Amino acid sequence: METVSALRVKSLYKVYGNRADKAAEILRNSPDRDEKLAGLPVTAAVVDANFEVKRGEIFVVMGLSGSGKSTLIRMLNGLLPPTYGTVEVDGVDITKLKPAALRKLRREKMSMVFQHFALQPHRSVLDNAGYALEIAGLPRAERREKALEALRMVGLDGWADKLPQELSGGMRQRVGLARALAAGTDIMLMDEAFSALDPLIRREVQDQLIGLQAELGKTIVFITHDLNEAMRLGDRIAVMRAGRIVQIGTAEEILTDPSNDYVAQFVADVDRTRILTASAVMERPLGVVDVNSGPRVAARVLRETQTSAVYVTGRGKQYLGTVTADAATQAVRDGRKDLREIVSTEYVRTVEDTTPVADIFAPCAESPAPVAVVDADGRLAGVIPRITLLSALGSLSSDADEGSTTPEPTHAADPAPTGDAMPTGDTLPTGDTLPTGDTLPTGDTLPTGDTLPTGDGTGTAPAGNGPAATPEVPAQAVAEPSARMTGEPA
Amino acid sequence: MNIVERLNDMLPYVEIGNGFQTAVDWSRTNLTALFDGIAAFVDALVGPLVDLLTAPPAIVMVLIFAGLGWWLRSWKFGLGTALGLGLVAGMPIWNQTMSTLALVLVSSGLALLIAIPVGIVISESRRASAVVRPVLDLMQTMPAFVYLIPAIFFFGVGVVPGALATVVFSMPPGVRLTELGLRQVDREVVEAGEAFGASPWKILLRTKLPLALPTIMTGVNQVIMLALSMVVIAGMVGAGGLGEVITTALFRAQVGAGFEGGVAVVILAVVLDRLTDSIGGRTASAKAQRAMQKA
Repeated sequence: METVSALRVKSLYKVYGNRADKAAEILRNSPDRDEKLAGLPVTAAVVDANFEVKRGEIFVVMGLSGSGKSTLIRMLNGLLPPTYGTVEVDGVDITKLKPAALRKLRREKMSMVFQHFALQPHRSVLDNAGYALEIAGLPRAERREKALEALRMVGLDGWADKLPQELSGGMRQRVGLARALAAGTDIMLMDEAFSALDPLIRREVQDQLIGLQAELGKTIVFITHDLNEAMRLGDRIAVMRAGRIVQIGTAEEILTDPSNDYVAQFVADVDRTRILTASAVMERPLGVVDVNSGPRVAARVLRETQTSAVYVTGRGKQYLGTVTADAATQAVRDGRKDLREIVSTEYVRTVEDTTPVADIFAPCAESPAPVAVVDADGRLAGVIPRITLLSALGSLSSDADEGSTTPEPTHAADPAPTGDAMPTGDTLPTGDTLPTGDTLPTGDTLPTGDTLPTGDGTGTAPAGNGPAATPEVPAQAVAEPSARMTGEPA
Repeated sequence: MNIVERLNDMLPYVEIGNGFQTAVDWSRTNLTALFDGIAAFVDALVGPLVDLLTAPPAIVMVLIFAGLGWWLRSWKFGLGTALGLGLVAGMPIWNQTMSTLALVLVSSGLALLIAIPVGIVISESRRASAVVRPVLDLMQTMPAFVYLIPAIFFFGVGVVPGALATVVFSMPPGVRLTELGLRQVDREVVEAGEAFGASPWKILLRTKLPLALPTIMTGVNQVIMLALSMVVIAGMVGAGGLGEVITTALFRAQVGAGFEGGVAVVILAVVLDRLTDSIGGRTASAKAQRAMQKA
């Protein structure tokens, strides 16, 4: 069973209208399909959806309203029959099941959480939490016990005897969550589950969901129109537009390598510093010396590169630390032969390659030389000079701006660095397009994490030009340096 | 003149009345057993109920109704009920009032027995709804007297034709409000039932009907009120009760007696209306709605 995906969707179509079958056939068979549909009185809600959801994964389907995501999720548990295609749950094609068998499968394998909670207003919180068990025919005592357990998990065990209306929105949705948890199914479908909650509450419930998922290992399909929510929750994200899935990938993949203009525009508003990691912005270190090469070599490299420290690596590029110009000069003067004696990890800060960019600002500011980036095995993966960090952010923002004005964003043509690849020099803005020298932009434009609202920025903040995916959540974009980056990749 | 005559001749003569007459004649000849059965059934319901309601002394019954009003609504309403019904008992047309009550209860009971299932069916099926709605319109707009004619034809004079004409006349709001109530149930709540694998039957009984109950109870209330409005007309075909008091007064031009009958109908209407209304307000989903308004 382990090899079978929890859910597998193959060429799934849902067309509404009188001649839905005919329309689905046209969509399947013709390359210029949209034109051929023009004459038919149909709406294609989902077109050729293909994906798999792995066990224990949070799979987010993201799209604006009308993109077909709600239709898609309702086909996953058979609430809507597809026009064409198959949906496999644990290897069973549910599109071929009889109504009774389908109901059995829903009871045993899939539960659902709804946008407007869909609680039964005439029954207590406890009865609502135990609803799935009641349908499954469990005896009252057992039902009560499991429902209380589920309410405990979401922190509502003191509210069992209340009516849903007596609870706040966030608490009501936690009852909805408890109802799904009490059902004990491996798969949970969540349809815009947190969209009706206000941002602070939403954040809280999102955290709770992440915690519960880590604890219980449920497979979750989560529908949302909120990109920040998608990025926060999703192990993988499918972006939908006009019924089609336009891209599937991790949050970072979608941010750094949007498959088309639409996705690029969509991600323009995201706080990249929380999603992107050190590996996406780091540079090839200029001065690297082998630990066996001696202080004299170190001193020469320092002279050549005009830097204040060189990075010292041992066997297999293991990062050992840095040698400063002062230390190297002193060692040469003293006639010492071994670099090991003067290597220090104090001078330059070290971050891991999986550290979010947002958490690199502080080490970067404290470190007199570029921060060293090490991978999981302790090897020197790259370095991040302050200026690179800032310019990387700047280029990301300006890319996003251009994405909304130029037909072909540079992203599409030139894949940005992915997590495990060393960025080559030409994917990052080169020195001659940067603000002068080594100094930071003036204080008032310094990025300060996620606290600056975009409105205080330079007026060219991406939120202003983007597609405004999430009106209720202000994009937590970092204010840009006043000297805007004009450097484009290559 | 010639042209006018010719134009008039162009209109075909449609014998819809004759057709109906033929249908009624045929039914009367061939369905005697059915009508006899129905008549026996209605008689068997109304008769014992009248006996039951008139068996205790009027004062005891008045106190019972007052207690019911107190329990279901408030002590004020209980007191009002005692005063109102006490007045009726004092007029004295208590027995007529009780036989009218029995007639109303039996007819509206029968009407609801048909109306609620029909309402459920047409809430599930648009096609059934499209068929039933015009029939309901017809039943409501047809003058009530018209029902009496075939009713007398089938059942003779007495309680039965009055009760059955009342059933037909009072049924439509029961059907309509049942359908409305069920259609108003939050689609997402129903969908949640489906998503958790509940059968349509379970969803109807456990979710839809309880949530539609306040609206359905409004329908029950309307059915009872319409049934009460038919009693005077039913009195004309010999159904007895307050209808008889009023029609007799009408034919003999007794202003006072007519007024007494009218007052009794009004008092009975108010008591029944408030009582059924408070039963509707005691349902779980009505409580849920109030909780929502408070929050």
